[in-house]
Amino acid sequence: MRVTFTANGREVEADDVWEGESLLFMLRERLGLPGSKNACEQGECGSCTVYLDGAPVCSCLVAAGQVQDREVRTVEGLADPEGGLDDVQQAFVDAGAVQCGFCTPGLLVQSHDLLERNPQPSDNDIREALSGNLCRCTGYEKIMDAVRLASARKCSSSEVSQ
Amino acid sequence: MSTIRTEKNLQGITTAHPDGIGGSPLRPDGILKVKGEFAYSSDMWHENMLWGMALRSPHAHAKIVSVDITEAVRHPGVEAVMTYEDIPGSKFYGLEIKDQPALAMGKIRYHGEAIAIVAADHPETARRALAKIKVEYEILPTITTEEQCLDPETYGYVHEPAEYKGHASGNVVHSQKVVYGQGVTDEVRALADVVIKGDYVVGMQDQAFLGPESGLAVPAEDGGVDLYIATQWLHVDREQIAPVLGLPENKVRLTLAGVGGAFGGREDLSMQIHACLLAQRTGKPVKIVYSREESFFGHVHRHPAKLSYEHGATRDGKLVYCDARIVLDGGAYASASPAVVGNAASLGMGPYEVPNVNMLAVALYSNNPSCGAMRGFGAVQACFAYEAQMDKLAAELNMDPVELRQINAVEQGSIMPTGQEIDAPAPVADLLRRVKALPLPPALDTTHLDVRDIPGALSNTSHGEGIVRGVGYAVGIKNVGFSEGFDDYSTARVRLEVIGGEPVAMVHTAMAEVGQGGVTVHGQIARTELGVEQVTIHPANTEVGSAGSTSASRQTYMTGGAVKLACEAVRNELVALGRKRYGWDYNDLSLVGGKVVSASAGALVPIADLLGDSAIDLTREHHHRPTVPFDKETGQGFGHVQYTFCAHRAVVDVDVELGLVKVVELAAAQDVGKALNPLSVVGQIQGGSTQGLGLAVMEEIVVKDGKVRNPSFTDYLIPTILDTPPMPVEVLELADEHAPYGLRGVGEAPTLSSTPAVVAAIRQATGLALNRVPVRPEHLTGTGE
Repeated sequence: MRVTFTANGREVEADDVWEGESLLFMLRERLGLPGSKNACEQGECGSCTVYLDGAPVCSCLVAAGQVQDREVRTVEGLADPEGGLDDVQQAFVDAGAVQCGFCTPGLLVQSHDLLERNPQPSDNDIREALSGNLCRCTGYEKIMDAVRLASARKCSSSEVSQ
Repeated sequence: MSTIRTEKNLQGITTAHPDGIGGSPLRPDGILKVKGEFAYSSDMWHENMLWGMALRSPHAHAKIVSVDITEAVRHPGVEAVMTYEDIPGSKFYGLEIKDQPALAMGKIRYHGEAIAIVAADHPETARRALAKIKVEYEILPTITTEEQCLDPETYGYVHEPAEYKGHASGNVVHSQKVVYGQGVTDEVRALADVVIKGDYVVGMQDQAFLGPESGLAVPAEDGGVDLYIATQWLHVDREQIAPVLGLPENKVRLTLAGVGGAFGGREDLSMQIHACLLAQRTGKPVKIVYSREESFFGHVHRHPAKLSYEHGATRDGKLVYCDARIVLDGGAYASASPAVVGNAASLGMGPYEVPNVNMLAVALYSNNPSCGAMRGFGAVQACFAYEAQMDKLAAELNMDPVELRQINAVEQGSIMPTGQEIDAPAPVADLLRRVKALPLPPALDTTHLDVRDIPGALSNTSHGEGIVRGVGYAVGIKNVGFSEGFDDYSTARVRLEVIGGEPVAMVHTAMAEVGQGGVTVHGQIARTELGVEQVTIHPANTEVGSAGSTSASRQTYMTGGAVKLACEAVRNELVALGRKRYGWDYNDLSLVGGKVVSASAGALVPIADLLGDSAIDLTREHHHRPTVPFDKETGQGFGHVQYTFCAHRAVVDVDVELGLVKVVELAAAQDVGKALNPLSVVGQIQGGSTQGLGLAVMEEIVVKDGKVRNPSFTDYLIPTILDTPPMPVEVLELADEHAPYGLRGVGEAPTLSSTPAVVAAIRQATGLALNRVPVRPEHLTGTGE
């Protein structure tokens, strides 16, 4: 089948999609967007998290055909069009929250969503929001640091702009 | 909270480039990783690429009567179906003992063993083709328990005596004794005022790296193959792959693809040979990516262990003797079992002075999943047991458990049970003192309760009723680098040249960057040694000599050391060039800020001017000091390169009614010799501590009659961010004069003591014995086995 949708603001089309394919597989193998990761492909690890019409979802659990005419935003779409990193992305690098980095794309989308909804989350808010994203390298401490840092930077830059 | 304490003996060793050693510059791969542009092994893609997949046995022990691939071959979209009969070269491989068939040959020895492989145009085509392969099995009784393994005449052989390739006989892969002092005799026992005995069990832990086993094999015009792969050691992969393909090693070229974690689970081969075989057969690029379920069958795990310990001590708490026996289940194939046994035997007394020792460690062949390398191997299992013993002994003597450990702690100059002197700092007592001195987290506030703070968390299982707090301590000892006479050298190539008017250093090694940050450290070393700003890291491949394995906490020590040597050689050649051209006779030259600098005369010349259009390109090998194998009967010998130590304090809340545990805080103190990159060092300690927490309270591959019951992240649980507490870290820097920059391997030690510290805290909260990890709810409520 053919699937047409918006990926990171761009109209895209995937051909010869088998009906059993996931959104994750289509993004990675047919559209050259391998940033979303395939760690478990059963909705347990969160490494494939993308925005679907603005809501974070595990793209491994979404059938490719379900995104027809809908909007998908992946980790590749977090930076601005000129390539400038989002606060969350920069904070993950700065805080040492990236080791192997396989969990990072999903954590970035989930953290990005958290800070959009709740710009100044408590530690428990962060833990709750990220509890569906497994990381095996860091022990999460640097990820906590990264989200706190991104929150502080976002808040200080919005104060400046006000 | 993380603190770094630099002791006086390090002064003068380092220079002060902010992004040199001792700094925490950002990872060179960090930006790509947060943009989703870093190419992991499962992201590889090639035009006309096929998908490979393996058929795996549903039985743990069986004869293969027949394999019929006819229908699979005919399936549209399938380009190759192969069994062991199609292998052009050697049928066996293995890290040390080549006892594992690349595809099963008439016999299945574990659940999930690969029998046939398929290459097809789509993963679903491959799956459907696999379903059409008809295998007739004759199911055999499994050999899975210690009793069965040790009585092969009754229960049978995992490898028939005629095919046995291990280091012992029967179903024993390898064994190691350690006898020290008087051993443990009746006379020695009589010297003890108190005796503590305990039997302990450690479950089978999985590395659970997130990036699944994957890679892309591309057939080359010269008849060879290029493999893009996630691994821990490119050269040892090649050494095992080439003979199976019937190719000389120079026709099997490996390039490291992005690695999504490793933790020991990529030391053995997984899909490498299968992808190469299919590429060779079809003449097309073949990609294999394991699903999470297949990943559980596709790599080795941490050895489950049974450990029996008997400690004798005087009334004032001094250890008199220890008699110990450690039985490790190695599963169907040898993997790293011999090295795991060596570690368990030689480190099994812990970081304590024990004057009389009798130790036996063995690894068994069984029809359980193969076990091999996982972070801290051999030492992790032992640490759980000897630390439980220390707590029992302290309780028996009515002593503080930390004080008991400090009384018996090794220090620099202590003799290990192997007879090896610890000839570097060993601040065991001080590490314990430091974790104990840290402020305790506040008590649970049940009046303003946030359910996310308590056991059960978001499940809203309690409002504070039945929750009890406990505190526990533990400390461990781990070796760094390959031991027992193994020369695991590392190679580094460094090229210095002028690009755009700037001196640029290029570092080329075969080191597997698996997330640990070795690439960051290589850049730091080059900046410190060569005084340049710009460093590029060449992709890791087999065009340069071996870098050894990214394991055994060894890469910064070994390949970092090689980069340092190569930089020094480049620097010497550059300085020689200057002496020749300018007639310098200074003896105080260094490279700083892009210039050749004399301490007495100041900046002499920019590196860029001195080099001009020429390049200096040199390769060096770094060998650690030699070690020797342990004596077979006594375990004596200078077997280890370096020792490393970490201590933990765990604070837990236990819901004693529901059997739920929340680790409230997990504090660590570790001596790292020299923190080349403090940010990464703390990250390693926190990550390692969390894997130890996982083993303490949740992680276990459940195996019944050889069958794996939970091969998924739904059923095999690893700690989430809600399960993981704040982890304050104290980093000590006591230089080891034998090591580059005085550094000490960091990665594994925190994985040891974390587990027993958490369990000690649960014991303190509940009063239960808890001789097994992971601790499950039913162990706390008395409702299960």
